[in-house]
Amino acid sequence: MSAEVSSPAESVLSVRDLTVRFATRRGVATVVDDVSWEVAAGETLAIVGESGSGKSVSALAVMGLLPTPPARVQGQVWLEGSDLLQASPQERRRTRGRRLGMVFQDPMTSLNPFLTIGKQVSEGVEHHLGLHGSELRDRAVELLGLVGIPAPADRLDEHPHQFSGGMRQRVMIAIALACEPQVLIADEATTALDVTTQAQIIELLGRLQEDMGMAVVWITHDLGVVAGIADRVSVMYAGQVVEEAPVDALYADPRHPYTQGLLGALPVIGGHGRELATISGLPPDPLQMPPGCRFWPRCTRRLDARCEHEPPTMWEVGPGHRVRTFYDTAREGSR
Amino acid sequence: MSDQASSQAPEAPAAEQRFQTLRAVLANRLAVVGLLVLAALVVAALFGPQLAPYGINAIEVEDRFQSPSLDHLFGTDELGRDVFSRVLVAARVSLQVGAIAVGISLVAGVTLGLVAGFYGGRIDDVVMRVMDMLFAFPAILLAIAILAVLGPGLTNAMIAIGIVYTPIFARICRASVLSVREEVFVRAARSIGASDFRLLRLHILPNVLAPIIVQTSLSLAFAILSEAALSFLGLGVQPPQPSWGRMLFDGRGFIEQAWWMGVFPGLAIFVTVLAFNIVGDAMRDALDPKQRSVIESRGQS
Repeated sequence: MSAEVSSPAESVLSVRDLTVRFATRRGVATVVDDVSWEVAAGETLAIVGESGSGKSVSALAVMGLLPTPPARVQGQVWLEGSDLLQASPQERRRTRGRRLGMVFQDPMTSLNPFLTIGKQVSEGVEHHLGLHGSELRDRAVELLGLVGIPAPADRLDEHPHQFSGGMRQRVMIAIALACEPQVLIADEATTALDVTTQAQIIELLGRLQEDMGMAVVWITHDLGVVAGIADRVSVMYAGQVVEEAPVDALYADPRHPYTQGLLGALPVIGGHGRELATISGLPPDPLQMPPGCRFWPRCTRRLDARCEHEPPTMWEVGPGHRVRTFYDTAREGSR
Repeated sequence: MSDQASSQAPEAPAAEQRFQTLRAVLANRLAVVGLLVLAALVVAALFGPQLAPYGINAIEVEDRFQSPSLDHLFGTDELGRDVFSRVLVAARVSLQVGAIAVGISLVAGVTLGLVAGFYGGRIDDVVMRVMDMLFAFPAILLAIAILAVLGPGLTNAMIAIGIVYTPIFARICRASVLSVREEVFVRAARSIGASDFRLLRLHILPNVLAPIIVQTSLSLAFAILSEAALSFLGLGVQPPQPSWGRMLFDGRGFIEQAWWMGVFPGLAIFVTVLAFNIVGDAMRDALDPKQRSVIESRGQS
């Protein structure tokens, strides 16, 4: 099976058959359905998909940040040989910030307005590593310097409102990396920033990843960002992974009609006067998923009744390249 | 205008926001008067016995029922005791009861509200339904019922008043926690391994304090009023220790021959409660960004 292309031994974080359901008043919504991915030290995995595709929810489930109930999380999340979903709440809390770090989308709301920057940067270090006093302060200064904040010692006692959006996101990264976690999950970490700042943050994270050798899971809907930073890409649609591939293979030879649609929708420089390609229709209601292929209602290449009534499974089309279709849509023909 | 104010207000830092709040309170002239009255009360509470021209239980039978004069500013009572001295000294009891009773409700209510709002679910249901039950009783009736169980006296009166005003703090605190707990920074703090206790203490409590501070000031007024009512009914401060409520009760029998015996303690209650309410209102206006923009625009128009 292709799942063993990279064996679990070399991956730091390995997510297996992750399923997240939410009990709602109208019924049970399966927001993340049988999602598997893994990431090795020093590697960057990008998870792309539109809003509501389940990419953020799967990240929160991995971190253990979903409120349960209403959420129900099933599957396995292996972090170096132990399944986090089987761990006690205390053990999970000890991994958060220490071994798993997370950066959130909106830097304007992810810092506590009442606490100083220094206090917030040193919170994790104090909590996990037990540093105190001047040692703690030195570490906070070091961290702020690491993420490129000028004159860090002077800014330690300032409050979040005195920082710009880009600077706040740097602070968030400093907080997430404070205890040098093995895996960093960046959930739309640059989406709320302007393009210049976005490039700086991406460059910064790349450099820190190289220095610390951590694995990065980059969640985004921006395919432009993905091309620049990812080693491998997982494309999610309606709670499922529909295609996964090394980044070059995905861009050169996308196999799923959804991925093809996404890449086709990218604006082309110099393409004046051409109308932007779109994928018509809307993602399905998680309470009423189509019985067959979930992309069937929007698919431009749907072939027969099998697509409509029978859910397709993942199959391998190239080295490390897997896709959830019945037919090879690049080569036109049944598998 | 109001958009600007409301988008800027949450940005304001803790320290600077406090100064802004103070400035906004001081811009309200009525509030300044209220603060001065409260300051005078605190002085009376601290130094009452030293400031009082006569002993509170100095009985001068030949001087009884003296109307207000320069010798006896508020007149004398049926035993010839100086009413002014007794009103002055009783300020301590009133403020003490108010502060300790509100302290009890504050600690109990905020703790319950934090826990109920943060954990939700069954804990929330149980805590808030008990609070609703307490809330459903008329305040003074509940206090009397509690005193009937505990027995009359100053300490028990403080406990009773403290219990009676707990639900309001629990409600206000829970409501604020419900919105703050969904903030990204709470999730972010959780993502670096913060425990529930740490989240509550460091990230949620500071962000829900504003409405609680306002309620504290308003509750102090209610607590002092309740103490006066309980003492009037003989359930609070026991004679011969002076208290405004008790003096009101004593003056009741002589209202036709010595009106000053009831009027001055009554006025003391009235002024104190009014001062706390004015300051509380001013603080609410200052801490609420929407109200603040109204205050600022009022200055301009």
